[in-house]
Amino acid sequence: MASIALENLAHSYLPNPGGDNDFALKQVNHVWEDGRAYALLGPSGCGKTTLLNIISGLLTPTSGRILFGDKDVTASSTAERNIAQVFQFPVVYDTMTVGQNLAFPLRNRGMEADYVTERVQRIAQMIGLEADLQKKARGLTSDLKQKISLGRGMVRDDVNAILFDEPLTVIDPHLKWELRTQLKSLHQEFGHTMIYVTHDQTEALTFAEKVVVMHEGRVVQIGTPKELFETPAHVFVGYFIGSPGMNFIPVSVTGNKAHINGNTIHLHHDYGNPQGNILLGIRPEFVRLSKSDGLPVQINRIQDVGRHKFINATLFDTEINISADEGFEIESDMVKITFDPANMGIFCNDWRLNGKAIDHGNGGTV
Amino acid sequence: MSENRLPNKKRGSTSMPRARIGALVMTLYLVFLLVPIYWLIIMSFKSNSEILSAFTLFPDNFTLKNYSTILTDPSWYMGYVNSFIYVSLNTVISLLVALPAAYAFSRYRFFGDNHLFFWLLTNRMAPPAVFALPFFQLYSSVSLFDTHIAVALAHCLFNVPLAVWILEGFMRGVPREIDETAFIDGYGFTRFFTKIFIPMIAPGIGVTAFFCFMFSWVELLLSRTLTSVDAKPITAIMTRTVSASGLDWGVLAAAGVLTIIPGAIVIYFVRNHIAKGFALGRV
Amino acid sequence: MEKTVNQRAWLLVLPVLVLVAFSSIIPMMTVVNYSFQDSFGENIFFWVGLEWYQELLRSERLWDALGRQLLFSFIILMIEIPLGILVALSMPKKGISASICLVLMSLPLLIPYNVVGTIWQVFGRADIGLLGRILSDLGISYNYSQNAFDAWVTVIIMDVWHWTSLVALLAYAGLRSIPKPYYQAAMIDQASRWSVFRYIELPKMRGVLMIAILLRFMDSFMIYTEPFVLTGGGPGNATTFLSIDLVKMALGQFDLGPAAAFSLMYFLVILLISYVFYTVMITIDKDEAKQ
Repeated sequence: MASIALENLAHSYLPNPGGDNDFALKQVNHVWEDGRAYALLGPSGCGKTTLLNIISGLLTPTSGRILFGDKDVTASSTAERNIAQVFQFPVVYDTMTVGQNLAFPLRNRGMEADYVTERVQRIAQMIGLEADLQKKARGLTSDLKQKISLGRGMVRDDVNAILFDEPLTVIDPHLKWELRTQLKSLHQEFGHTMIYVTHDQTEALTFAEKVVVMHEGRVVQIGTPKELFETPAHVFVGYFIGSPGMNFIPVSVTGNKAHINGNTIHLHHDYGNPQGNILLGIRPEFVRLSKSDGLPVQINRIQDVGRHKFINATLFDTEINISADEGFEIESDMVKITFDPANMGIFCNDWRLNGKAIDHGNGGTV
Repeated sequence: MSENRLPNKKRGSTSMPRARIGALVMTLYLVFLLVPIYWLIIMSFKSNSEILSAFTLFPDNFTLKNYSTILTDPSWYMGYVNSFIYVSLNTVISLLVALPAAYAFSRYRFFGDNHLFFWLLTNRMAPPAVFALPFFQLYSSVSLFDTHIAVALAHCLFNVPLAVWILEGFMRGVPREIDETAFIDGYGFTRFFTKIFIPMIAPGIGVTAFFCFMFSWVELLLSRTLTSVDAKPITAIMTRTVSASGLDWGVLAAAGVLTIIPGAIVIYFVRNHIAKGFALGRV
Repeated sequence: MEKTVNQRAWLLVLPVLVLVAFSSIIPMMTVVNYSFQDSFGENIFFWVGLEWYQELLRSERLWDALGRQLLFSFIILMIEIPLGILVALSMPKKGISASICLVLMSLPLLIPYNVVGTIWQVFGRADIGLLGRILSDLGISYNYSQNAFDAWVTVIIMDVWHWTSLVALLAYAGLRSIPKPYYQAAMIDQASRWSVFRYIELPKMRGVLMIAILLRFMDSFMIYTEPFVLTGGGPGNATTFLSIDLVKMALGQFDLGPAAAFSLMYFLVILLISYVFYTVMITIDKDEAKQ
């Protein structure tokens, strides 16, 4: 087992890629540390699967290198890389039994029969198929088939990494949770590097220690679930993580003051004098409705979803979402909002700006 | 098969030889297919005396005379026209009746469906030789003997079952939800079928049409039995002329080449649908 | 997929029924009628019951033709199915070369049967045909119109030439429908080329191969025009397959009664074999669906 390093990796499906837009995967530099569980998160078509297939060797990148430890494996075949991969839709060998399916990767590598039997038993138990080992794989339901695929991915204990490409798409919702928990405990037990591709933020945030967020062929942020939530590095991360996503309000910024329609918002950091498309980002959780303080809003609708209330409002010309606790009583004369100053971010041309910390003192708004 | 005896090596090292073995097999196969056709083609450009006297891989005296013999004589070229008429008629009829039937088989259970399906297929199993004589009598008795429609109908015997079979496969590949959604959206059956369903299985229809065309175009026994003058197909004219003219090999070859051309044109147009179409169908 | 019960579906099947009944049931009834009668010239028939059937079952000629027919179908299936699969596996997967291969491969399928016969008739002749000439120049005695073995080899090669592409096209379509992840998973699992064929490609091609076998069986069993043009059934009766024998009997000797009885028995043989095949196919499918 070893760390997996991507150096200046880029990939295009076109034979002679020209501009940036021709690349399904734009330049990526990243090290997957040995033994950690990662999630690769992003919407469909953002390049997640491309990246995964490059790591497993199913695709050869247009440019850049992949290193396993110190060894350059860019040109190595899938077999040489010793990687396991589970695909989005179940891939089973129809004419084999469940047991033969699980044993297949081991037998192909010439493992001893005793060891094969033991591993197959163990994995079958884990995915709950030990009663079905003698059944033909054809004719099973698709979630059972996908369990077999998962089992085949995990049956080898010497792999460099296990890659999952949205493996739970066809699984029933109530089983998803169970299987994800099993994957997690497997990870803790064996310490394989795992990379889990998904477009579902809940899946990503619950599975992984570190989440890699991709957007239009680019890695936009790598961080713990907490970091992604609190300090998104890119507007896209703000939108994509959290439900509803972060609010972005067009402002202009000078030093530690943001200006919007003649109002001033005091910031915790000094951002200098940034030029370009400047947005103030704040999560719905950090916006407060009040009667007298802050900026004027017009409330459009209120949604009660149990533990939270979501309020949709218009601040000048921007629509924003506000999240309030269940107990919070909304009164009709609440027409102002305040922002929690510690959780505001300033974004310039989609990327987060890192301001200089200053001692502010007066807590913030207007 | 040499393909499968390939040693069990790693991908990097097998991919090249594998591709080469594939190319080799393909090349040999195509040569095997094309050499006899090549021989027919060059023969069609030779004079009869050259064919019989000299053995040449390429015509010494390149001549178009064989072709002009055919293309200037209505008793020859009308054969092509006749063939085209009944083949087209047959393809249209086969598709028209097979489409609704295939839909029924792919979507519904009904009394006797399995038996009916098999019975349809049995008609494909009936040797044309078995039907030649009764067909002759049947179509004579309804005054359809020596008409294009007679041949077109007779060819339905083997094309309709095939069309139903192929189309049913394609239709099974279309999720039922599509039908249901359309019906909920207020589409009547006819409108749904023509406006939504048929466009969805267009490649399948293309493939089916190709097969109907092919089997009707190449058939000889029934088309010869059911015609005498007015609807006589080119294939039948060839045999007659050969026996009458005392083997003019050059003209025979030219006529043969001319019967291959329409098929070649058709296949060129549907080439991309064939594999794709099948892939959607019954696999 | 569960289908809904709907008896009105019969309406959709009706056009096919009417058409096929017209071109199948009526002629079939005619054949059945003839098979129980004897004729003396025009329109004079009398009832002979099962006599023709009894006579045919005793006739060595029929049994010989049936034997030849079964052997022929068996041989060409044994060649065309594996060869077709091999060709399909060797075909380019995409691009212009795939299109070219498809078009060229399909050519023999679109050649009228008698032209196929003519092509091989010419091709195999020692005086004017490439194949015949080369073989005789090599000192190999080869004459399909005199030697029964040569005639058989030529008829078989001709059929392989004519029809292998159909098997190959079907198999190719089957291969193209295998989703890419299957191959990727096999790579990850380090499956050998043979395993990929045995455990992925062959099972996925099963459906189309069933069709290919059934079609090739039925059509080869009914083969008429190609060997008729090539050898006329000869030398002797060496390549007189069932259809050729039947037409000889019906048209040549104008023996309507026995010819009709022959037709029906011939049809029943094909029907029986196909029915067994079809039933086995359906049963396998159902068993698997049940599991």
